Amino acid sequence: MNTYTDQGKNDTRSGFGAGLTELGRTNPNVVALCADLIGSLKMQDFIDENPERFFQVGIAEANMMGIAAGLTIGGKIPFTGTFANFSTGRVYDQIRQSIAYSDKNVKICASHAGITLGEDGATHQILEDIGLMKMLPGMTVINPCDYNQTKAATIAIAKHHGPVYLRFGRPKVANFTPTDQKFEIGKALLLNEGKDVTIIATGHLVWEALKAAETLENQGVSAEVINIHTIKPLDAEAVLKSVKKTGCVVTAEEHNYLGGLGESISGLLATQHPTPQEFVATRDTFGESGTPDQLMEKYGLNNKAIEQAVLKVLKRKG
Amino acid sequence: MANIMELENLATQVRRDILRMVHKVNSGHPGGSLGCTEFFVVLYNEMMELKDGFDMNGIGEDLFFLSNGHISPVFYSVLARKGYFPIEELNTFRLIDSRLQGHPTTHEGLPGVRIASGSLGQGMSVAIGAAQAKKLNKDSHLIYSLHGDGELQEGQNWEAIMYAAGKKVDNLICTIDLNGQQIDGSTDTVMPMGDLKVKFEAFGWDVMEIKNGNNIEAVLNGMADAKQRTGKGKPVCVLLHTIMGHGVDFMMHTHAWHGKAPNDEQLENALSQNAETLGDY
Repeated sequence: MNTYTDQGKNDTRSGFGAGLTELGRTNPNVVALCADLIGSLKMQDFIDENPERFFQVGIAEANMMGIAAGLTIGGKIPFTGTFANFSTGRVYDQIRQSIAYSDKNVKICASHAGITLGEDGATHQILEDIGLMKMLPGMTVINPCDYNQTKAATIAIAKHHGPVYLRFGRPKVANFTPTDQKFEIGKALLLNEGKDVTIIATGHLVWEALKAAETLENQGVSAEVINIHTIKPLDAEAVLKSVKKTGCVVTAEEHNYLGGLGESISGLLATQHPTPQEFVATRDTFGESGTPDQLMEKYGLNNKAIEQAVLKVLKRKG
Repeated sequence: MANIMELENLATQVRRDILRMVHKVNSGHPGGSLGCTEFFVVLYNEMMELKDGFDMNGIGEDLFFLSNGHISPVFYSVLARKGYFPIEELNTFRLIDSRLQGHPTTHEGLPGVRIASGSLGQGMSVAIGAAQAKKLNKDSHLIYSLHGDGELQEGQNWEAIMYAAGKKVDNLICTIDLNGQQIDGSTDTVMPMGDLKVKFEAFGWDVMEIKNGNNIEAVLNGMADAKQRTGKGKPVCVLLHTIMGHGVDFMMHTHAWHGKAPNDEQLENALSQNAETLGDY
């Protein structure tokens, strides 16, 4: 089974920009806010077409989150835009009180997540944001895998009532999911069927997982690859169905192993179906400057790292 | 013109509500609540244009946001006596399974409340967002908000103050409760904020003062003046001078009753200074 095709590279943040532009044309309640990063978030097309529905707040992220919460009181659907670091940790209390606890229909759109932001270094990278957001009651957490899926997710979350954290990145990464895909919040996608091991990946590591699965197949290992674009709510049914078949699992994400997708999976398996698991994730560390590829290599977040984790977990399989 | 006596009677009854609520659970914030009683009574009964019933979006009516959420007793009492929920529900303040949380929230579905507050400094940003939603909706109604003076020590306020003037949010009236007290002492000793009138003006706001924020007539006239100042390109700031603990002699002019409940004897003393007017709940 092959449900993906290589369509070259594109950046997920441009998928967000394209989705937002489409929403501007189709949903009059959608408004956008930005904290001085219009170019980075690819919001210019939305602004050009809907200047009255855009709010430039300047370098003031806390104020942006509060204004977004206020805009919902009046029926608007605000999409906030800034880097993932400033979308979460910097404004955690504002999100907690004014958005999550108040159940406001705000879409927190976070670019430049993870270490692939690259040369700017650790102050601008974040590897804790999934954990911060998934711990908030009522918050939906989405981490799409490529340009097409980010666009589809952006459009889909406008129809979902409630706070959403949408995470995407800066570099161009493989674009391989269908342009006409249906994005269902909370629904995992089975991309490659296998019987020996389940690889559960999120974000652009889904592509790395697919590459690893190809290499493993040449070594006689049949890997099942699942794309978890929605980390919360987690599609427990899809995960359990796969691991009950394969008997072991590798999780892969551009995030700290503490608090990320892997921890959500291990929490599920520990209570429902204890299973050997290996984590492809950063090991409780900050990032540093470098090119995205260099950083992915150094911090063990690519297809080679996934392949090694698979070989390791297979040895632990009963 | 409003019937001053009726408003004063309501204010006295609200004071009794506040005292009884915090006494019953031996927790809560009577000082700031008592100080803001006249403001709430005037706002909800004379100033704001309100629809019947409650819906979250509040289109076609004025909206109020309480930023300093710890003065929830006065907010709850005035909302209940305005008919948003049964007055008897004040009995459940701060108790388990209640909609009347220690600090107000939308989470439990209490009519009249549109945002959670308690963690300070966030309310002005929310009020600005709601004001901008009104403009997008071509709804000419106003946004009112209340902030503690100590609360202005939170930096987010100054992001919001800069934004509101810079973006000409002129359908907004932010009132600052200037009682000069915060938990650890007077604002001047804890963290002096200087001349707030000058500061707000420097940020581009239209600033006015109500010298006696515990006088119904002064609050009525002052807030009517504030309303006249909206729609002219600037956000409006009302510096409302109040006395913390107003109406109960031993609670006045001190931060001691910021977050402390009266004991049985103190409650009787306080209630004797505010004789029942409209009936206790």
